[in-house]
This record gives sequence, C-alpha cells and structure tokens, in this order.
Amino acid sequence: MTPETTTNHDLLRLENIGVKLGGRQILTGVSFTVAPGQFTGLIGPNGAGKTTLLRVILGLQPTTEGRVLLNGSTRPRRGGGLIGYVPQKLSIDPDVPLRARDVVGLGIDGHKLGFPLPSASRRQLVTEALVAVGADRYADARIGELSGGEQQRVMIAHALIGKPRLLLLDEPLANLDLKSEQGIVSVLARLAHEQGIAVLISAHDLNPLLREIDTVVYVAAGRAAAGPTDEVIRSEVLSALYGSDVEVLHVHGRVLVIAGDEQQEPQAHHQAETGVVASLDRG
Amino acid sequence: MGHIFSYIVEPGLLSSGPVRTALLVGTVVAVTSGVVGVFTVIRGQSFAGHSLADVATTGGAGAFLVGLNQFWGFLLAGVAGAAIMELIGVQRRRGRDVATGVVLGAALGAAALFLYLGTQTSSTTGASFTILFGSMFVISPDTVPALIASGVVALVVIAVLSRVLLLTSLSPELAAARGVPVRAVGIAYLAALAVAVSLSAVVIGAVLSTALLIGPAATALRVTKRPTRAMAAATLIGTVATWLGILLAYDSYYWPPHGHGWSVSFFVVALVVLGYLLSYVRRPRRDRRSQVAAQAREEEPACSPA
Repeated sequence: MTPETTTNHDLLRLENIGVKLGGRQILTGVSFTVAPGQFTGLIGPNGAGKTTLLRVILGLQPTTEGRVLLNGSTRPRRGGGLIGYVPQKLSIDPDVPLRARDVVGLGIDGHKLGFPLPSASRRQLVTEALVAVGADRYADARIGELSGGEQQRVMIAHALIGKPRLLLLDEPLANLDLKSEQGIVSVLARLAHEQGIAVLISAHDLNPLLREIDTVVYVAAGRAAAGPTDEVIRSEVLSALYGSDVEVLHVHGRVLVIAGDEQQEPQAHHQAETGVVASLDRG
Repeated sequence: MGHIFSYIVEPGLLSSGPVRTALLVGTVVAVTSGVVGVFTVIRGQSFAGHSLADVATTGGAGAFLVGLNQFWGFLLAGVAGAAIMELIGVQRRRGRDVATGVVLGAALGAAALFLYLGTQTSSTTGASFTILFGSMFVISPDTVPALIASGVVALVVIAVLSRVLLLTSLSPELAAARGVPVRAVGIAYLAALAVAVSLSAVVIGAVLSTALLIGPAATALRVTKRPTRAMAAATLIGTVATWLGILLAYDSYYWPPHGHGWSVSFFVVALVVLGYLLSYVRRPRRDRRSQVAAQAREEEPACSPA
C-alpha cells in the first residue's frame, strides 16, 4: 500500500515524515496510510521511533519534514476529536480516587473547563463504552487497583467514548499476560471491523497481532515499510529497512525476525515470546 | 445538661471576638486546604506544597521585617515560589523535586535572616513564633475579607480546572493530546496551591501549614474512591479539626500551666494526625480490593469478545 494507490478513502496519511530530536535524526521518509476500519500494527524494536511516530500523528511532536493528513486536511488539530489515544502507561497511584467509570467519563469532557456533573445520559454513555470493551464488571473499582490488562480496557473505553475515527494505542500489550493480550487484541479487531474505526497499535512483538491485523507498518533504523503483513514481513523488505541481512522465520505459526549477523542470542524463553528480537537495530 | 456543656465548652467562647474570627477564618482555610489538598495528593505534589510553605515562611518573615501584614508576605512569596519552581523544573516530576529543593534552601536561609533582623529591631519576640507556628487568636479582623477572597479565588480556580487536573494526573501525555495546555494548567494549579498554603500559614503557621493541606486530603482519599466525595470529606475533616482545635485551645487556658493556653496549632495538627491514624483502623481495604479484582478475573473469559 504505497501512498499513491489510495487517495480518497484514507483517514490518515503520512507523507515523507522526518523527525529530529536533539540533533539526532529519529525518523526519515516515513510514509503510510490508514483507511477507516483498518487494523494496523505499528511494529518495531524498542527505541525504533514508534512512540515518536504516534506523537507526530497526535500533533505533539513537530516534524522537520513531510506532512500528516488527517481526514484529508493537514495540521492535525490537538483535541479535535478525530483521534482517540491510549497512552502506554498511566501515571497513577492506587490511592487516586478515580473509579474506572470516572476515567471513562473524563473521555467525554476531561479536556474541558468546569466541574463534572453527574447525569443519567452521561452514566449511560460511560456504561456503554465499558460494555463495549468488556470492562463493565470493574466499573466501580479504583483505576489504580486494576491489573494492567484491565486498565488498558478502561483506557480504550476512555478513548472510544469521544467517538473517534482513529484509535492510536501505544504498546498496549506491553507487560500483559497472554490471556489479557488476546482479549485486548480481539476487542480492537472488533472495533475496527464492526464499527469501522481505524486502529493503529504499536507493539515490539508482531505475534500477538499476527492473526488480526490487516496491515503492518514496520519501523526500524528510523525508517518504515508499510503494507499487508505478509508483504512487509519478508527477508528482502526488512533487510533493506535495517540495512543489514535479516532473516524471517516462520516457526509454529509464529514469526521470528532475526538479523543474519547477529551473534548474540537472546535467552531461550525471551526468544519464544518475542518475535522481533529487540537488539536487532544494533546488529 | 447546661452544666455539662459549660464544662466542655468554657463560658464566653462564642462571645469572644478573636474566637469568632478564628472560627470564621479557620473554616475558610479548612475548606480551601481540603479541596486543594485532594489534588495535591492526587498529583503527587505534597513535596511541592511543603516547599511552598517554606518559601511562604520567608515571605511572612520579610513582611514582618518591613511591617506589612504577614498574609501578604506568605502569599507573595508563595506565588513567586510556585512560579520559580514551575520555571526551573517543568518537564519532569523528578527534575521538579530537585528544583524545589534548591529554591527551598535559599528561602529558609533568608527567613532566618529576616526573623533575626525583625526581632532585633522591633523586640517583639512573639512574632517569630506566630509566623512559624501560627496563632488563630491573633488574626487581625482587618485581613479577614482578604483571607476569604483569596480562599474563594483558589476554590474557583480548582473548580474550573477540576476535570483537566484529573485528566492531567491520569496521563499528562493524554491530556496534551486532547488539547489541554498542560503547562498552563500546572501553573494555575500551583498558584492555587500557593494561596491555600498561605491561608493555612495564617491559621496554623507557615511551618505547619502543609499539615492542614495534606492531612485531611490524605485521610479522605483513604475512605472514599470518588473525587467529589474526597473533596467533601477532606473539607469536613479539616473543618472539624479546626473547630475542635479552637475549642480545646480555648479550654486549655484552664489547664496547667494555669493561665497559659496551649497552642491552637498544636491541637489542630494533633487532631488532623489523629484522624489520619484512625483511617487505618478501618476495615482493611486491601481485602475488598483483591476480592473485586479476583471476581472480575474469574468472569473474564465469559465476557471477552471473541
């Protein structure tokens, strides 16, 4: 999926994005598009620039070149309501007096001035959002007391309640157990395929997403390759991206990306869990 | 009955001018501190609050030296301190702590100098004690309208920003992505904090002022899980502690050593701490919390969408 092939139906379109942070070139020539209802994985090793790329889309990170088109217009306005965002980590204490329900309510008007007033319709909206992500059972628990996976569901509900057309998630699967991982991925797939929301999820491991995502944006060495998963996750494409020999292995339905000249092997159990070997970009 | 009442409440309590002023100002301060304090604890900025109290001490001491009302000294220094802290260490919470520490040392050093010079020139040694540890019974009635107005301003700022403050404490990144000017909100909040600290300094002294700010809020956060209820509870706890403190201080004139009342600040702080300790006596919340979580996890497979 090159930028030229789709025109009218792109919700999000990045053209030749370059970002410099503190004099260091973080991203160069990143281009890809996301269509409504498309579930896209933003994959790459830690430190490859995935979070920076998400910040560019959110309008939080200035670019040195290129442009971002959101629903056909440049200059994505912050808080415009088109984008729902789930940050990687909440800076929250278990003691903070916010129930899951309150957090989702902040998704409606948390950016506005004034005092939150309870109302029946508001409560109804919040409950619907919680049900949509399967988080209604712990609606009245404090957010800080929930597990990582439960918090992610609540934050997805928080993002959804503003009826966004694009949902951005920053490493929502990090530090989750296998079951929570699958739960989150299937919730996201359903949102994309049934409600037509474009979902862009960043992850350092492709495997939990492999069966559900439609397209992949693979970020490595400051550049990106985008397209259908089996077209991108190929030895030639990734070798060109990394600028060194990269091997793609299919083992028991999982994908393993290994740099050819990489001598240092990760620990056995780590390798089993991590498809994209984290130290690749230094190989 | 009347006899018992007069035994608990020494005669003449409510007809005393200083006591009425103390009750009025104490209530305003307890409400402001309770509401601002809840957000201070939520934002993890108790240390910033404490530092502002130390900076306010300098202002109070400076005001004493030049003959101004101490409240204005507390307020000016507190707001200036908040601005400096925000300027130095705005980016990271960690950096903010370091910046705060630097401002703090300088401020207390200056406070020591001002108090020394002030007591040397005016030979009123009691002023140092009042600035550092407060006395509700010596609040000048002239300043009462200014105190009330400041409290109202701080409360309005917090009420207007409450949703944004909650969203920002959840995730500053998320708040920024939704168009919240995170830095401006932080500055406005610190200004409200400076006002609350200054008010509290008038009532129980600059050094103790965070006790009234953090204590009731921390207690409230232990007993409720909703933000509005936490604010209400913190306000109530602060008000009760202040009133009881005034009552006990008034009564203490009849306690040994005879004819010398105990410090009202001591009673208020002691009651606040007592309340905090009592919140630990409640049924341990951890049990209920893990029950809810376990129940949720049990039902997980049935409800996860396929």
